[in-house]
Amino acid sequence: MLDHKALARYLIALADDELILGHRNSEWTGHAPILEEDIAFANLALDEIGHSRLWYELAADLLGEDRARFPDRQVFLRPAEEFRNLQLVELPRGDWAFSMLRQYLFDVFEQHRLAGLSESTQASLAEVAARIRTEEIYHLRHTRAWVTRLGLGTEESNRRMQAALDALWPYARGLGGALPGEAGLPAGVVPDSAALYEAWLAEVSAFLAEAGLTIQPGSPDLQSPISRADHSSDFAALIEEMQSVARLDPEATW
Amino acid sequence: MYGADVEQIAIELNEDPQKLADFEARIARGEKIEPGDWMPTEYRRQLIRMISQHAHSEVVGMLPEGAWITRAPSLRRKLILIAKVQDEAGHGQYLYHAAETLGATREEMLDALLSGKAKYSSIFNYHTTTWADNGAIGWLVDGAAILNQTMLARCSYGPYSRAMVRICMEENFHRKQGQEMIILYSQGTPTQRAMVQDAITRWWWPTLMMFGPHDADSPNSALLIRWGIKTRTNDQLRQEFVNQLAPDLQACGIQIPDPELRYDEASGNWLFGAIDWDEFWRVIKGDGPANAERMAARRQAHEDGRWVREALSAYAAKSQVQL
Repeated sequence: MLDHKALARYLIALADDELILGHRNSEWTGHAPILEEDIAFANLALDEIGHSRLWYELAADLLGEDRARFPDRQVFLRPAEEFRNLQLVELPRGDWAFSMLRQYLFDVFEQHRLAGLSESTQASLAEVAARIRTEEIYHLRHTRAWVTRLGLGTEESNRRMQAALDALWPYARGLGGALPGEAGLPAGVVPDSAALYEAWLAEVSAFLAEAGLTIQPGSPDLQSPISRADHSSDFAALIEEMQSVARLDPEATW
Repeated sequence: MYGADVEQIAIELNEDPQKLADFEARIARGEKIEPGDWMPTEYRRQLIRMISQHAHSEVVGMLPEGAWITRAPSLRRKLILIAKVQDEAGHGQYLYHAAETLGATREEMLDALLSGKAKYSSIFNYHTTTWADNGAIGWLVDGAAILNQTMLARCSYGPYSRAMVRICMEENFHRKQGQEMIILYSQGTPTQRAMVQDAITRWWWPTLMMFGPHDADSPNSALLIRWGIKTRTNDQLRQEFVNQLAPDLQACGIQIPDPELRYDEASGNWLFGAIDWDEFWRVIKGDGPANAERMAARRQAHEDGRWVREALSAYAAKSQVQL
């Protein structure tokens, strides 16, 4: 018997990842290094936030909630401490190297996860995953092109990418942690996060090496990744900003 | 001078009279002028000025609304706003390309913007102080822009005209989302109604200024109209805007901040009070509420992106060597 609440918790964590990553990416809109990236990176933000809505809606269905209202309530009226996104996605956007490399590391993991989810025994989940996957293919193509160019471009771009990798790596390890609810789900509903992590690690290690970037041997490869219940010091401010207008009048239709 | 005959204008502008006559005959027949065609130097210069200003307006115009993306109060509003600001980047891109067909380069145009030499629409030098300003910008500012752009879609220069056709289609969505927001909030909670009234109060007059000086004070207009770049005057467009917006805003119960505004049966126009041209010129000359902030944001993005652009060029050069 499928535990609907466990699957909803899993999906809300996925949605939170997409939402918060999209939020950080959206901060670049109007400030990107070239006009073409004001367009492209905004599109990535749009897609991520759009995907978060799809996951929140699916969670609403599982919980018997109203799918028209549930996503906005989760995003705009939930306290910061109840969000279950990774710290990886909430870190301030940093420079272009940091934002682009974070997006790449996330996208590769997501491709593996979506491949697994699109074969889920839960049909509605498989269907949404397949739909999201078609868009994520373009994200990965875009971020791979950037990682290569910045990794191999100039001495400065390589140095910035290496610094971004060093800073992101301990947080990227969080991708491999089990999601909330995952342990309570029967086999075949969602892919095993630890197995996805192994596939992700092999792929990104090879690709980053080709781009002239080195995963530092001293990088912490934590046995127990940072919990999704723990947030960084910048997170409360992100949520406060995101919810500031909606909370002016929580009962209003915005 | 520009109501004069073609020989006189040829002398004034130091152009070949026969070529100028042929050019004007093409425009009179409604033909589009295309990039490789002969055109007077002044036609080219005016178009580069207008198109690049227009492109800069799109690029700077990303900032006032972009500042609210992280605070949009629902997922739907957030997705709409990101898509809208993204469209503005896209419009900037088509317009820079349209200007490139006349021989300007994007680098020259960006330098002109960042050095403060080039102008952009005065409206973007006002602050967006509440969320409802995004609705006001959509309905008022984009509505005003559409009137101007619908005219430019019929302009005599092919690439500008075609860019405008596409831009107008997207701008119509921008206007509609703003209109929908203002109408919804005008019937919403007291907080929302107050926010909408405040937004319209602040954006009304700056929007009327967007159409530019009165015809009598608009030195370029006569020649632009003669050559089919503009087909209507600043004052005609401004009047059409007021005629459209005044009754619609009043129907929402919103007060327009002009005690002289009234419908005139005889002319069928909504008559309005005097525009504060001192404010208009102050903002144009760089002393509006947000000029310094807007330019600082553009320069910062340009500087922060320098290493990225250098990396792209270096990578492209290395890849070519390998081929």
